[in-house]
Amino acid sequence: MSGVDYLSPTTIAEAVKALGQAGGGARLMAGGTDLLVQMRGGRAKPQTVIDIKRIPGLMDIRAEGGGFVIGAATSGAVLGEHAALRKAWPGIVEAANLIGSTQVQGRASLGGNLCNASPAADSVPALIAAAAVCIVEGSNGRREIPVEKVQISPGKMSLAPDEILIAFRLPPRPAKSGDAYLRLIPRTEMDIAVVGAGVSLTFDASGTCMAARVSVGAVAPTALLVEGAGMALVGSKLDEGALAKMDAAVAAACKPISDKRGTAEYRTKIACVLARRAALIARERAGA
Amino acid sequence: MSDGNQGGSKLKVVGQRPVRPDGVDKVTGRAMFGADFHLPGMLTGRIKRSPHAHARIIRIDTSAAEALAGVKAVATGADFDTGAGGEVEAGEGATAVKEVAANCLAMGKALYQGHAVAAVAATSPEIAAEALDLIEVTYEVLPHVIDVEEAIAANAPVLHDDLFTTGVTPKPAKPSNVAVKTVMGRGDVPGAFAAADVTVEGHYSTAAVHQGYIEPHACVASFGADGQSVVWCSSQGQFLVRALCAKILNMPLSDIKVIPAEIGGGFGGKTTVYLEPVALALSRKCGRPVKIVMSREEVFLASGPTSGAVMDIKLAATEAGKITAAEMTLKYQAGAFPGSPVHLGCMTAFACYDVENLALTGYDVVSNRPKVAAYRAPGAPMAAFAVESAIDDLAKKLGMDPIDIRILNGVRDGMKTVYGATVRSCAFVEMLEQLKAHPHYQTPVAAGQARGVAAGFWFNIGGESSAAVHVDEDGGVTVVSSNPDIGGSRASMAMMAAEVLGLPIEKVRCTVADTTSIGFSGSTGGSRVTFATGMAVCQAAEKVVVDLKRRAAATWECDIANVEWRDGAAVCTDPAKDVKPLSMKALASKSAKTGGPIASEVSINAQGAAAGYGAHICDLQIDRETGRTTVVRYTAAQDVGRAIHPSYVEGQLQGGAAQGVGWALNEEYVYGPKGTLDNASFLDYRMPVASDLPMIDTILVETKPNPRHPFGAKGVGEVPIVPPLAAVANAVSQIVGKRMTSLPLSPARVLAAMEEK
Repeated sequence: MSGVDYLSPTTIAEAVKALGQAGGGARLMAGGTDLLVQMRGGRAKPQTVIDIKRIPGLMDIRAEGGGFVIGAATSGAVLGEHAALRKAWPGIVEAANLIGSTQVQGRASLGGNLCNASPAADSVPALIAAAAVCIVEGSNGRREIPVEKVQISPGKMSLAPDEILIAFRLPPRPAKSGDAYLRLIPRTEMDIAVVGAGVSLTFDASGTCMAARVSVGAVAPTALLVEGAGMALVGSKLDEGALAKMDAAVAAACKPISDKRGTAEYRTKIACVLARRAALIARERAGA
Repeated sequence: MSDGNQGGSKLKVVGQRPVRPDGVDKVTGRAMFGADFHLPGMLTGRIKRSPHAHARIIRIDTSAAEALAGVKAVATGADFDTGAGGEVEAGEGATAVKEVAANCLAMGKALYQGHAVAAVAATSPEIAAEALDLIEVTYEVLPHVIDVEEAIAANAPVLHDDLFTTGVTPKPAKPSNVAVKTVMGRGDVPGAFAAADVTVEGHYSTAAVHQGYIEPHACVASFGADGQSVVWCSSQGQFLVRALCAKILNMPLSDIKVIPAEIGGGFGGKTTVYLEPVALALSRKCGRPVKIVMSREEVFLASGPTSGAVMDIKLAATEAGKITAAEMTLKYQAGAFPGSPVHLGCMTAFACYDVENLALTGYDVVSNRPKVAAYRAPGAPMAAFAVESAIDDLAKKLGMDPIDIRILNGVRDGMKTVYGATVRSCAFVEMLEQLKAHPHYQTPVAAGQARGVAAGFWFNIGGESSAAVHVDEDGGVTVVSSNPDIGGSRASMAMMAAEVLGLPIEKVRCTVADTTSIGFSGSTGGSRVTFATGMAVCQAAEKVVVDLKRRAAATWECDIANVEWRDGAAVCTDPAKDVKPLSMKALASKSAKTGGPIASEVSINAQGAAAGYGAHICDLQIDRETGRTTVVRYTAAQDVGRAIHPSYVEGQLQGGAAQGVGWALNEEYVYGPKGTLDNASFLDYRMPVASDLPMIDTILVETKPNPRHPFGAKGVGEVPIVPPLAAVANAVSQIVGKRMTSLPLSPARVLAAMEEK
């Protein structure tokens, strides 16, 4: 066994080139809180580690086009201290801030949480609910894809072998909007979601839901956008009938497995419970 | 909270709360744990482990690994020589040497996933890892069995062809997975059941749980060219490590020196060896020091959890709530080799209660799981879970207060336990009365919450211990302990010595000696160290006082009867002598002129350990939509004799309660269909984290100091893990509305029970 090459490019082009040249033998590293653990456990054996933190803009949060652009390597701690982001997207920030311990928060990034491609990643349902878009760049140039299209199965992504996730774009936030993320863990922290649910809602002046996106995690091979659940809420005031319809849509979308973290039946039930609760918190945050 | 030193005691150090002597090293990282030792030329050792739950080892081909550059030694079970075998006293019971050896490196069969089959020592971790892959093991995979009831079944795969159940007559014709049947009891159980006003019964089960110490097993072994060896390791007993290494490698004891490292938690799990004989065997082969450190995954796969248990219980009682008889069957997982603590489960099950008619039957059952190791009050928490749940049922049936029914049935001095001991210095009833009067119990249960109460017992032991007290030339004192400090024993040893010597605690330091620097001692286990080694410390300090008085008398040319030792100085009471007191410092500085160095070493077999009793109250709430439990208030009371350092004692109560709550709510070993462990990590083996628990309030009951200890100490470390399982389950059962009989009470299980109802 030989050593591992460590590269820390300072431009995106340089990073794309290094990734392409490694021909599948490289792994990108942001905070390293997943990658380094996998390497130590022998589950990842890259020949090259490409650290993207020195690329300008990869650890920034910028207001842009009425929304935000968040560099892919931005840590949970930085997200948590950004007042404007917290105000506009409290659900995304609370989701990112649930990952790991205080120490892990200082390193673990939003981009890494998505690109680790775990169906239980906490920030992903919140980002999907927010209609966040990924900005990716590779040798074929730059493109934008919705977050829900990035993961394709546990550990697998739709990105090309030399494509790098550069940033997330969050859309402008209309008035009377709110989001929330909830997860179930048997403990209070330092755990992995048995189920997660992210909801983002926008209301009109009368308190009627105008737009809704609902996403659930850890109940299928990837985090899911449950379009039917959002549609169940649109046009309603989140009355019991609408919530029951949302439950049905969420339950129908769940395709969980039974494993050490929970049974399929339990996960489906809890997905509905958490989606409801998150929707009610999102409404309260929207001031509707 | 008690301050541990009430009632006009004249004690000046014992009962106070000085700064902990191990604290600064631990928080600054200066403490040297098992993995922190490095020697020149040291090699990295790694262990190859079975991927199968049960397999015959047909062949181990180490040639490719041995040929790899950088590999210096490869070892298998064939490198061990246990000779006649025999048993070694380990922690809380004897352990068979051949089985310890076969657990360190498999002999003929791999008995669980993770069972060590071979080991390598190489010049780097990378080469060692590569060498592991080059060791070719040919297995014949055998059917496996994980569950205890399935292992007992007639058609179960048998782990050991030579295991015939002991404790049954005639001897069985066929081998089985039941190693031992234990029967104990007294009185006329059927008669008492026939005459009972009321009976309750239940079928209970608990999951295997790991001790969860933060420090993985780690050691460095160096075999010298002259045959003399040194082992540096983290363990609960350097003498035990020495004994097991010597027996497994057929070496004289005096050729092995074991230097104890700081220990990052043991809870009983470090009262055996996994790595040390392997590292020594590798070092013997190549002549270089070898270090082996387990990963967390290895700790879960291959070091001892405690038994999961299956229990059936029946109680008979009068209408007034007096328990007249109990019948109980306990089946405990032993893991891959015999030796579950089921006999301790039988002995402790009703030790808190005066029950005239008892019938207890225990089964020690092997299955394809890692061999169990001692875990804090081994065997008692599971038994108490069943007993305390059944008593809760009885109280409900009779409309009695749960503390009152325990007071009514509680043991008092002079009563006999089922295992023959007479109860003495027992404050069980006083403790329950204090618990009942505590603000927690006096506060009504909040809406949406429930309250559970349960009690527990542990023997506590004494045994062989050595200690020395050295007076330094400047009048300071070094106490040399023979026991690794897990729960604060350096503090308690130093405090007891300071009290006897009349010195401020700052003048007394305590160190833990290696196997060549102090007389023999049993391990740190059985809640014995403050009692037994503490007794040796007190006796050594008393001998020093006698010697100091003799020296003062010689200096003053007076009769020793006219010398008193007061507040760290010799005082002359002879009215004919007009002399000033001689301080420790003055006597120490002149020691060369009064007979040489001032020191004393004492080795004893301490008798008279007093049993410990605890009772806990748990308030909790459950999220009715998810089944998730939150503990909101918790109080632990315990009969502690006298608390030497009350903060450490409170810490023991809090730590035991925290582990017990984890056992009750979420901890379990999860096995897949192939008998492999699915959750060998702290991420998925869900021990509680700090934020899962409220501050745990404590009541130290000091109404009955142990008269057999110089300061009245009773063991305190193990009792507090016994009550929590039932304290939690009794509260959960109230909210669910039916008896919860199976641990852990994980959210999915609780939700399913609420929906079933």
